Amino acid sequence: MLNNFIAAYSPDNLRYLFGGLGITLLVSVASIIGSFIIGAILGIVRYVKFKYFSAVVGFIIDVIRNLPLILILFFIYFGLPNIGVKPEVIPAAIFAMTIFESAMLAEIVRSGIQAVDPGQMEGARANGLTYWQGLWHIVLPQALVKMIPAIVSQFISLVKDTSLATIILLPEMLYRSQIIYGQNTNYIIPMFVAIAVLYFIVCYALSVLAHYLEKRQA
Amino acid sequence: MIHIFQDYGGTLLYGLGQTLLCSIIALICSLIIGTFFALLEESPNKFARGIARIYIEIFRNIPLLVITMFFYVVIPLYVMKMNGFTAGTIGLTLYTSAFIAETVRSGIRSVDPGQMEGARSNGLTFWQAMRYIVLPQAFRYVIPPLGNQFVNLVKNSSTLAFVGGFDLMYQGNAIASSSLETMAAYSAVGVLYLIVTMPISYYMRYLEKRLA
Repeated sequence: MLNNFIAAYSPDNLRYLFGGLGITLLVSVASIIGSFIIGAILGIVRYVKFKYFSAVVGFIIDVIRNLPLILILFFIYFGLPNIGVKPEVIPAAIFAMTIFESAMLAEIVRSGIQAVDPGQMEGARANGLTYWQGLWHIVLPQALVKMIPAIVSQFISLVKDTSLATIILLPEMLYRSQIIYGQNTNYIIPMFVAIAVLYFIVCYALSVLAHYLEKRQA
Repeated sequence: MIHIFQDYGGTLLYGLGQTLLCSIIALICSLIIGTFFALLEESPNKFARGIARIYIEIFRNIPLLVITMFFYVVIPLYVMKMNGFTAGTIGLTLYTSAFIAETVRSGIRSVDPGQMEGARSNGLTFWQAMRYIVLPQAFRYVIPPLGNQFVNLVKNSSTLAFVGGFDLMYQGNAIASSSLETMAAYSAVGVLYLIVTMPISYYMRYLEKRLA
């Protein structure tokens, strides 16, 4: 058994696996940045209530939130070529994850803004700020503090969800571990241990960060 | 999209049935396991709390697909034969139980501590007080997040497609590759998922508002 571990963790295999971790992190970070920006904008649009526009945006967000991420990955990677667009695998994964996570974040942002005492906005308006100034300088900073733990835990699930992109053959960690143990079944357990530990380290570090931010806020 | 329903309606409905079956089994099992670990975490015993913490952190921080693949690939090789549906349902149960444990625990925490103190000073043991006084009150707070967990379960059950679980996603994929109309097939699958998940998540949002 120990020999299997030593053989499975050969320098070549480890280099290959860590390359997969790199792709996992690349897709994660790109989607985190994209979905944070888009999610914040959509959340504000949903809170502010522009006539009709906010309702339509809200409905689209709810539709995306209630679909499995795997289906969105399929849509982007296998569905789009059907209407003449053929995306590369890494951009396709980032695009699909960004769409899905933006919708999740929009909901967090909206409920974060709603959790701010309405008296704050009234106070800002009574002191002569416009609606947008009140939102930007008074309400949003307070809302952001309240929603940081929820945002970080959403990012944890984003990192875990990158493993789903194996299904469109994104060469990330899980996919590469399958390639390695596909050559030698003795490597199955060492590979599962390795990727479980690597995912655990990345996600646990993020959840420690979320805990710390939650404590500091309280 | 309509003709996909006409041509493959039976297959899609069968897939939807498997998806719902797997989600409901996983919900019930993970509710039991999750409540158990939530109680361990709230127990006065330090060792029990440690065990619960380790269980929850492990299953919260490892991707669902890795857990499912473990049961699909490793267990049949060394322990026992297992089909994709079983492996997928076990993976979903373990993964979700960690989230449900956290939900139930915060439900227990939101019950006024005076309830526990009152029960204890009236002569109930810790576990009696938990069982008859605290848990029934905690579950009222827990219902909306549990509903949201069920929505997550239905969505996450699409990982069964990786292990040949014959769920909705698996069937949709099969239809997409045999009919070559990927857009229409995936849209049909999406509509079926939404029919299940949208009403539940709207109802849970309504419940949340009423409780607040």
